[in-house]
Amino acid sequence: MKQETLSQILEDQAGKKAVALVTDMEAGDQTLVYRDSANGPEQDNAEILNIARHAMQDDRSKIHEIGGRKYFVEVFNPPLRMLIVGAVHIAQPLSRMASVAGYDVTVIDPRASFATDERFPGITLNGEWPDDGMRELDPDRRTAVITLTHDPKLDDPGLEVALKSDAFYIGALGSRKTHAGRVERLTAAGFTEAEVSRIHAPVGLAIGSISPAEIAVSILAQVTEVLHRKVEARAAA
Amino acid sequence: MADGNIASGLSQDDDVLNEAASWRKDGRNVALATVVSTWGSSPRPVGSHLAVNENGKIVGSVSGGCIEGAVVTEAMDVMESGKPKTLEYGVTNELAWEVGLACGGSIHVYVEKVE
Repeated sequence: MKQETLSQILEDQAGKKAVALVTDMEAGDQTLVYRDSANGPEQDNAEILNIARHAMQDDRSKIHEIGGRKYFVEVFNPPLRMLIVGAVHIAQPLSRMASVAGYDVTVIDPRASFATDERFPGITLNGEWPDDGMRELDPDRRTAVITLTHDPKLDDPGLEVALKSDAFYIGALGSRKTHAGRVERLTAAGFTEAEVSRIHAPVGLAIGSISPAEIAVSILAQVTEVLHRKVEARAAA
Repeated sequence: MADGNIASGLSQDDDVLNEAASWRKDGRNVALATVVSTWGSSPRPVGSHLAVNENGKIVGSVSGGCIEGAVVTEAMDVMESGKPKTLEYGVTNELAWEVGLACGGSIHVYVEKVE
C-alpha cells in the first residue's frame, strides 16, 4: 500500500466519508472508490466500480473474482450511528456501550438538566426538540433510533421523523400497554400499520434485564441482531 | 482518545491504520496485514488489521491471538521483499494448528508493505 493511499483513507475516515479500497491481490495495485469518483489503476473499470459501490452499500468487505483476477474490496464506511431520544438513566450505559461497539452516538433531549456533559462524558448531545433534532441528524439506513423518555411529548415527535427515514432499527421504551397507546397515536397521525410495526417495542431482547445497564445490553443486543440480519438478507438477495 | 469519544481505540481499526501511518512518517518500514476472508468460527472479521514495524512493534490483531506470531514473521519478509502475500491459516494448514488456531476456522490474511 502506498503511504498516500493510507493517508487518504485516514483522511476520509476522519471526515466521515465512505470509501472502498480495491486491491489486486496478485500485483498489489490499489484503487480508491468513492460514490461518485475513483482514483487508481482500476478507476475506469466499470465492473469494479459497481462491485465496490455495492459493497459500500452493504457494508461488506470481501474478495471478488473479476476477469480471472482476485480483488479484495475493503469498505471503510463512517461509523454506524445511534440516535437516542431522552438523556435518561438508561441512556447513560446505552450510549457508552454503543460507543464501545463502534456507534457514533448522539443523545437528543431538550431538557438541559438531563442532557449534561457530566452525565454523558464524551457523548454528543443535541438539545433540540426531538423532531427538530432528528430531522437535523437525518437518520439513514446505517442509523439506529431509540426513544427512552417514556413521555409521548418527547418520544412521539422523534419517532414520527424516524418512521419516515430509512433507519435500520427503531425501538421505543415502554410496556406493551404504553406501546398500544403509542400505536393508536401514531395511527391517528396517519402512519400505516406496516410503518408503525417497524418500531421494536417493548424495546430490546427479552433477557430478563432489570438494571439500566442490563436494559442497555438487551437494547444493544437487539440492534446488533437486526443490523446483521438485514445485511445478510441484502447479501442473499 | 483523540476525538474524546470513549470508544475510540477500543472497537475501531482506525487506530491500527493511524499507527501504521505514523510509523511510516517516522521513516520506519511497516507492513500491514488484513483479514480478507474467513470460514467457520474465526474470531476476527474480514477487514481486521494488524500492523508491524521493522522493530517488531505490533498494533491490532487478525485473530484471537493464535496466529499473530506467524503473521508477524511473514510480515517481516514482506517488508524486505516489498511483494504482497496472501497467507492461509486453518484446519488444512498444519502450521496453524502448531501455532494454535484451535477455534476450528480458517482465515486468509493479505500482507503488504506500506511503501
